[in-house]
Amino acid sequence: MFSILQKCFKKSIWVYHTNASACNGCDIEIINALTPFYDAERFGIKLVGSPRHADALLVTGAVSRQVCPRLKTLYESVPDPKIIFAIGSCATGGGIWFDSYNIVGGVDKVIPVNFYIPGCPPRPEAILFGAAVALGLVDKKVAAEYLKEKGFPELIEVGQRVTDNE
Amino acid sequence: MEILKPVFYLLVFPGFLFLGVLGLFFMWVDRKVTALIQSRMGPPWYQCYADIGKLLYKQVIIPAGSNRLSFVAAPLIGLAGISLAGGIIWMVNINKGVSFIGDLIVVMYLLVLPSLALIIGGAASRNPFSSVGASREMTMVFAYELPFILVVLTTIIRSKSIIFGEIITYQIQNGAMAASVSGIIAVIVFFVCMLAKLCYLPFDIPEAESEIIGGTLAEYSGALLAIFKLTNAIMLLILPLFLITLFLGGIDVSSIKGILFLTLKYLVILILVILVKSTHPRLRIDQAFKFFLGPITGLAIISVILTILGV
Repeated sequence: MFSILQKCFKKSIWVYHTNASACNGCDIEIINALTPFYDAERFGIKLVGSPRHADALLVTGAVSRQVCPRLKTLYESVPDPKIIFAIGSCATGGGIWFDSYNIVGGVDKVIPVNFYIPGCPPRPEAILFGAAVALGLVDKKVAAEYLKEKGFPELIEVGQRVTDNE
Repeated sequence: MEILKPVFYLLVFPGFLFLGVLGLFFMWVDRKVTALIQSRMGPPWYQCYADIGKLLYKQVIIPAGSNRLSFVAAPLIGLAGISLAGGIIWMVNINKGVSFIGDLIVVMYLLVLPSLALIIGGAASRNPFSSVGASREMTMVFAYELPFILVVLTTIIRSKSIIFGEIITYQIQNGAMAASVSGIIAVIVFFVCMLAKLCYLPFDIPEAESEIIGGTLAEYSGALLAIFKLTNAIMLLILPLFLITLFLGGIDVSSIKGILFLTLKYLVILILVILVKSTHPRLRIDQAFKFFLGPITGLAIISVILTILGV
């Protein structure tokens, strides 16, 4: 029974997108990926208005110090299990602001990130590809082992509660 | 075994389980047709079941400072009310003998319970958006209940009875209620009130997602949200069936022809609902209030007067 419900999770991902001091370019592309042309609803992806309803957070922007505590609060207000996408070059590693005085530099410095979708801004196809990787529809394009050797944070299995790990 | 029969009726056949499964299926029809109108593919058939399953799997967050009892009890009240109403509507149509005096009034009351649940839940969740949603829901209930009750009154005047069984028998003997001038007006008014009861566009003011982030549902998560979604799905099944029972000749499931006719009637109403929903923008709360207490109540009163005159 429990495993059926776990499978349901991958079939129905409700996303909440948030702007952590981005330039809005990635936000426009996210909304583009949800339009009828790309039709994310066929994978069960739906945009919701409240973080309490969300399963996935789409975070854009190189997190500034101002937005840091808000992003943490947002992360805590999403019920487990949750997937975090870092969308855009800034969100993956700070982008061109990586050494700015007021920038934390990447979403993963503040909250754990499951999937990175680089690009400035990423194409809607790229965002959908990232979502498809998360849903297990396609394989990853990078070797996870190689990244682990370089000291990247370990990826959390999709659909697994974060609290289960502790 | 006799004692278990009502439990079976309530929980399995015309009750909760049957209504839930069928309601979620028609929820999918709703999403699929909306997708076709927007010229895209739309979700697969199991989408709504997957949504409910996923929400059951998720963690339930009860916000700090909220009234725990009301917050948890509200969705259950709504679901219980709508399942009971649906059970009564199915039972009286399958077997007219089980109708009791005043069951129409009981169903009218039970159909208000989901709205009440939204108000209680929204007010209990200690969130400004939820409070705004609850106050809007309250305003909407005041606005649409009057014309709704007036048009149901026309069937009571016509058949001189407050019993479902007699209203259906009257329609079998004298033709459907909708086959007259007053009947057509009543069906139109009922249809508009139905949209407001379902919280569908252009009357989804209490739940406005882009405006007050889900309104009354803003703080709900996990299983409690699933119960609200299920309530909405059952409403989508029950309200058109209520319309069919009262105005379009009742539900006949004794023969294949009857089932086909029922499906046809239901799908026509459902697709009209979806067409209105996906082609209209949201009204403001004051516009909706004026709309319901102005022209719609006027039409309902005209319908009542015409019914008394026998037109």
